[in-house]
Amino acid sequence: MLDTLIQAFGLITTWEVIVAMLAASVYGLVIGSLPGLSATMATALLVPVTFYLSPIAAIATIVAASSMAIFSGDIPGALLRIPGTPASAAYADEAYAMTRKGEAELALGAGVWFSAVGGIAGTLSLMILAPPLAEIALSFSTFEYFWLALLGLMCATLVARSSPVKAIAGMFIGLLVSCIGIENPGGVPRFTAGLTDLLGGIEPIPALVGVFAVAQVMRAMLTPEPPPIPRRKFGSILAGQWTLTKKYNWQMWRGNIIGIIIGVLPGAGADMAAWVSYAMSKRFSKQPEKFGTGHVEGLVEAGASNNASVASGWVPSLLFGIPGDTIAAIAIGVLYMKGLNPGPTLFTEKASSMYAIYLLFIIANIMMIPLGIVMIRLASYVLRAPRSTVMPVIMVCCAVGSFAIGNNLFGVVTVAAFGVIGYVMEANGYPVAAMVLGIVMGTMVEQAFVTSLIKSDGSILPFFDRPISAILATMAIGAFVWPVLVWLWRRLKPAATAAATPSR
Amino acid sequence: MSKITRRAFAASTAAAAAVAGLGLKPASAQAYPARPVTVIVPWGAGGGTDATARIVAALLEKDLGQPFNVVNRTGGSGVVGHSAIATAAPDGYTIGMLTVEISMMHWQGLTELDPKSYTPLALMNEDPPGIQVSSTSPYKTVKELADAIKAAAPGKFKASGTGQGGIWHLALVGWMQAMGLPANQVAWVPSNGAAPAMQDLAAGGLDLTTCSLPEARAIIEAGKARSLAVMAPARNKIFPDVPTLKESMGIDYATGAWRGIAGPKGLPADVATKLTASLKKVFDSAEFKDFMSNRGFGTVWGNATEFAAFMDKGDAAMGVAMKAAGLAKA
Repeated sequence: MLDTLIQAFGLITTWEVIVAMLAASVYGLVIGSLPGLSATMATALLVPVTFYLSPIAAIATIVAASSMAIFSGDIPGALLRIPGTPASAAYADEAYAMTRKGEAELALGAGVWFSAVGGIAGTLSLMILAPPLAEIALSFSTFEYFWLALLGLMCATLVARSSPVKAIAGMFIGLLVSCIGIENPGGVPRFTAGLTDLLGGIEPIPALVGVFAVAQVMRAMLTPEPPPIPRRKFGSILAGQWTLTKKYNWQMWRGNIIGIIIGVLPGAGADMAAWVSYAMSKRFSKQPEKFGTGHVEGLVEAGASNNASVASGWVPSLLFGIPGDTIAAIAIGVLYMKGLNPGPTLFTEKASSMYAIYLLFIIANIMMIPLGIVMIRLASYVLRAPRSTVMPVIMVCCAVGSFAIGNNLFGVVTVAAFGVIGYVMEANGYPVAAMVLGIVMGTMVEQAFVTSLIKSDGSILPFFDRPISAILATMAIGAFVWPVLVWLWRRLKPAATAAATPSR
Repeated sequence: MSKITRRAFAASTAAAAAVAGLGLKPASAQAYPARPVTVIVPWGAGGGTDATARIVAALLEKDLGQPFNVVNRTGGSGVVGHSAIATAAPDGYTIGMLTVEISMMHWQGLTELDPKSYTPLALMNEDPPGIQVSSTSPYKTVKELADAIKAAAPGKFKASGTGQGGIWHLALVGWMQAMGLPANQVAWVPSNGAAPAMQDLAAGGLDLTTCSLPEARAIIEAGKARSLAVMAPARNKIFPDVPTLKESMGIDYATGAWRGIAGPKGLPADVATKLTASLKKVFDSAEFKDFMSNRGFGTVWGNATEFAAFMDKGDAAMGVAMKAAGLAKA
C-alpha cells in the first residue's frame, strides 16, 4: 500500500504532469467562467491534446480542467446571474442576490471553499468506498431511475421563489421541450417540423445559455442601469469560510453525502446533485424564508454536493466503464486510449496508476482554492465595468460557445430562441430554472418510464415491489402528498378549534 | 524619394504580376493537397468515432504534409454531419468519417442520403455485436439461450444495447430472422447507448444485450456479465474464448458497426486514389493499430471499391432487417 503510494507520487511528480495540470486548471477556470461555454465542452476540447501526453498527464488534464470548470461556472452565476453550467443554475439566483447585497466575496468564497471540500470528500469516497458504491450503481434499474428523476423534478417547486404553480408550469414547458427530436424510446421524430436539425432534440446547455445569458442581456437593454454596487476593495475571499464551515457543518456533510450517492448513479450527475441538495437545504433549513434573498446556507450544501458528485462519478467509470455523466464519458475514452482500461484489474494490476488518479483529484481540489481566488479577483472587475461593455461581450461569448458545440449554426439559433422564451417567462414571473430542470430530467423520466413498462409487459407493480424502488416511491409520493396534507391540516385546524370552543 | 513615373509603375506592376504568376503556377500544378483539408465527424467530440477520426487525421497529416483538421458537425442524430460531407465541394479539401447509420437512416425516411451519395475512400474499422447475459443468468451457451428464446412466448425475453432502430437492435432482429423466428420474438428495450444497457443487464433488468464486445468489456471483466457469442465471421482478439454464431449454432449471420472515410460524390479520381493510398499507409501504421487495440476497436481494411461493395451489401441487409422489424418507412 505504502509502496504503491510512493510509486504513485513518483508518477505525478514529473514536470510534464505538473505543467499539464497547471495549464489545464487555468484553461478549465477560464472556459467554465465564460457564460455560454460549459465544463463538458472544456473537457471535450482537451481530448486531442491528450494524444500527445503520457497516460498520467492526460488524466491530469481531464481531472484538473473538469473540476475547475464546474466550480468556475459559479462565478458568472454569482456576478451576473448567468450560471456557467446546469449544476450552478440551481443556486444562481441566490448567489446573485448575495452579490447585490454586497456579499459577492462571501458567495464566491463559499463556492470555492465548499467545492474543494466536496471534491475532496468525493475523492475519499472513491478511494475507500469504490466497490460498495459501485454495488449501489448496479442495483439501479430503470424502475429506480424513474422515481429518482421524478424526485429531481419535484425539486423545481421546492427551489422556486415564485408561486409553486408557476414553477410547475415552467417545469412542464421544459418537459415539453425535452419531447422534441428522435432521441425518445420509440425512435419516432416528434415536433421536428421536418427540420433535420431538430431530430437531435434540444440540448440542456444551449437552452440554459439562452434563458439565462441572452435573456439577461435583453433585460439589461430594456431596464435602466441599476445603482452601481458601492466601489470598494473586494474583501478577503476565504475569511468567514471557516465560520460557515462550523455553522453549516451538518449541511456540508449532507451535501457531500447526497452528492456522492447521486454522482455514483450513471446518468444523474452533478446537475441533479446540486438541485436535490439545494432543495433539501431549503426544506430542512431553520430559516427557509431567507432562501432566495441572498442566504448562504443553500450555497454551502449545493456547492459541496455538485463537486462531490464529480469525483464519485468516476466510480462506475473506473470499475465498469459506465460513465456517470458526459465528462466521465469523455474521460473513459481517454483512459482506454492510454491503456488504462476501466475494470477491476485497474485497481489491482495498475494500482499505482489508480493511486496517482486519486492524488490528482486531491491536488486539483487543493489547487482550486488559490487559483479560484485569483480567478474570482480577476472576474470581480466585471462588477465595475459599465454594463454597456459587459453585455455585448456576453452576447459574443454566447454566440461563439453555442456555435462551437457542434460547429452548427443551429446552436446559435437555439440560444437566441431560448433567450426570447426566457425573457418572456421571467417577465411574467415563471422561473426559468424550473424549465431548465425539466429539459435536463425530461428525457430521463420518459426513458425510464417507457422502458420499465416494456420490461414489465405493461405492469406497474415492479415500480413498487423492488426494494430500492419502493423506498424511492415512498419518498416521491410522500414529497408530493406532504404539502397537500399540511394544507388540509391547516384548513381543518381552525375549524376544529372553532368547534371545540363552544363546548368549553 | 523620386516620384514614381508611369513607366516605372507599369514595369513594377508587370514584374509583380510575373512574380505572382510564377509563384502561382507551381502552386496550381502542385500535387494535392496544396492546403489544409477538413475532416467532418458527424458525432460529438470525445466519443469513439471522434477519437478514431482524430488519429486517422493526425496520421494523414504526417503522410501528406498538410493539416487535416477534424470538425465535429453534430446534430440531428448524425444526419447533419453526414449531409455536410455529402454536400461539400468535391475537391478533396473536405472529406469525412461515415458511420453505419448512413445505411440505416434513409430506410427510416430521415434523410435522402445513402451510401451512394459519397465517394468511398476506405473502410477502417468494424465492431461486431456480441450476445451478453448477466453473470447470474442460467444460460451458459448461446445455444441454450436460443432454445429458451424459441420456447418462450414472443416478447418474454427482453434485450437492449441501443435506441429503437439502432444498429444493435437490428443485429438482434437479424439474428432472430436467421433462426427463422419473428423479428419481435425478443422485445427490444430502447436504451441511451450500450453503457446504460450493460448496467441494466447487471442490475437484473434485462435478459440479454447485443452491443459490441468493446462496449461490454469493462462489465464482463468486472465479472458482472458474460458474452456467449459474437455475430462475426471470426472470433474477437480480446475475447478469444467467445465463439462465433456459426461455430456454436451453425448460423451464418454477421453484422457490425463500422467506420470509414469518404468524400462527397464526384471526387476527382487522382485525389481519391491518393487519399486511399495514404489511408492504407495509415491503416498499416503501428500508431493506428496500437490506438485501435488500446480502445478495443476492431480494425478492418477495405479499399475504395471494397468499401463501396461493403456498404451496398450492408445497406441491402439493413433494409431487409428494418422492414421486418417494422422500422422502415414504406
